[in-house]
Amino acid sequence: MQSTPAVEVTGLVKRYGAKTAVNGLDLSVPRGCVAAVLGPNGAGKTTTVETCEGYRRPDAGHVRVLGLDPVAEAASLRPRIGVMLQSGGIYPGARAAEMLRHTAKLHREPLDANALIERLGLGSCGRIPYRRLSGGQPQRPALAMAIIGRPELVFLDEPTAGLDPQARRATWDLVRELRADGATVVLTTHFMDEAEKLADTVVIIDGGKVIAHGAPEELARGGAKDTLRFSGRPGLDLASLLKALPADTAAAELTPGSYWVKGKVDPQMLATVTSWCAQHSVMPDRIAVERRTLEDVFLELTGKELRS
Amino acid sequence: MTATTGARTATATGTFTPQPGAAPLTRMIAAQTVLETRMLLRNGEQLLLTIVIPALLLVVFSAAPIVTTGAGKRVDFLAPGLLALAVMSTAFTGQAIATGFERRYGVLKRLGASPLPRWALMTAKTGSVLVTEVLQVALLTVIALALGWSPHGNATSVALLLVLGTAAFSGLGLLMAGTLKAEATLAAANLVFLLLLVGGGVIVPLSTFPHGVATALHMLPISALAEGLREVLQHGAGMPWGDLGILAVWAVLGLTAAGRFFRWE
Repeated sequence: MQSTPAVEVTGLVKRYGAKTAVNGLDLSVPRGCVAAVLGPNGAGKTTTVETCEGYRRPDAGHVRVLGLDPVAEAASLRPRIGVMLQSGGIYPGARAAEMLRHTAKLHREPLDANALIERLGLGSCGRIPYRRLSGGQPQRPALAMAIIGRPELVFLDEPTAGLDPQARRATWDLVRELRADGATVVLTTHFMDEAEKLADTVVIIDGGKVIAHGAPEELARGGAKDTLRFSGRPGLDLASLLKALPADTAAAELTPGSYWVKGKVDPQMLATVTSWCAQHSVMPDRIAVERRTLEDVFLELTGKELRS
Repeated sequence: MTATTGARTATATGTFTPQPGAAPLTRMIAAQTVLETRMLLRNGEQLLLTIVIPALLLVVFSAAPIVTTGAGKRVDFLAPGLLALAVMSTAFTGQAIATGFERRYGVLKRLGASPLPRWALMTAKTGSVLVTEVLQVALLTVIALALGWSPHGNATSVALLLVLGTAAFSGLGLLMAGTLKAEATLAAANLVFLLLLVGGGVIVPLSTFPHGVATALHMLPISALAEGLREVLQHGAGMPWGDLGILAVWAVLGLTAAGRFFRWE
């Protein structure tokens, strides 16, 4: 049982009328890791997650969550997962703390509600009815409700949307602790830094398909080239430098005295560049390595135009 | 991935170490019933509808001869009608509006992912409606007795009428809440409440209307409930089978349609 992945999706197709929201999507999340599902608005993130939660019946494909069919075996699956919807889920007249205590009563061995209220700062909004919470405040009780039942697998749909930096960090810490204690977390997000910092594995979705996946650092590296920049005397002869470097390396003088070298930036390359500088009696000032971030990869893959 | 082995060797004593499972069904249903009842009693508009309006109508129309209620004390005619109105206000109007907004706010959706089965949620909703009705009946009975009410008949018939009436109104209320938008439900449920208050034999006797109209109006669940309660409590009848039959038909129609067309999101 433990050897099956927490989430296994193959060839998922989901249509809403004429619109295809998910179009042949594959996803596998090993147990005990944090998986981030990234993608522009309308990419199919929520549909994918809600299919795993048992809310949507796939039009085609195969979905197994903790080894179970989320629709046919919902009764067995639901006690084992924690769900945070993108919005809502709390009685408009309920208070955050009240709703959390209630959710605890639906589970066999819940976490201590008071400890969680304290930890997530729900005490401050504890007396206010849910409908009057503002900004990112509603996210916090919803997150707490997702984890209070001590689930094996937690689905968080945009858990940090609208949160201030402190609350975002508190959420990140919580997700890391969940993983450290052996839970699996699947989250969707728009924030690249969130995926980069938090996730063991990242899946980028666009147009209802996975367009890239892997560990965040692998994805960012992705075989693409990094850049080494340095400043020196103008008019250096870069041809002799390129001879000393691997064949697929490029170099140019962008503005007089300002150079870049594009290629596989590793210690060997750095040593080659600096020794070439030494040969030419050049002091390489402001030497800097620029790595691609996940955001660069994301924008390269999904384009820069705004989505609705 | 190394994280997989990490999961297996993770400390067994962490705060978040998975320990999933549903609570026993009885505990879940009890907790859900308490929450639903608390939400209902906390809502000012709901209290106005379920407690204040029926009590006020009972007092005002008993005190002054605003409508002709036929032979006997006015309160003997009015008390059964307002008990019927109380049932409608809670099982139909209140439940429709509350459930409509719960659907809109994703409450029903989120509960759908919890260990609480859907049928258990509906059981809890029914439980909270019944708890509220007990409070309403107790309050209206005390007021009516203070106004000189002298009820007849047997308690079993009354209980059966109230239960079938609740089933009929719940079915119709949930059908509305599960198919219309929350705002539309709010408007429609209040409008229906008002129309049935006037045209359902609650405070205005059906005999006030032309004969054909009165016969048609008697087929409404509110009229069947009010008239049935009147037969028993005012006239000391045994089992008002005709009215029970009308309520049973409404209950079957309403609950079947609600089960068929209710949308959870």
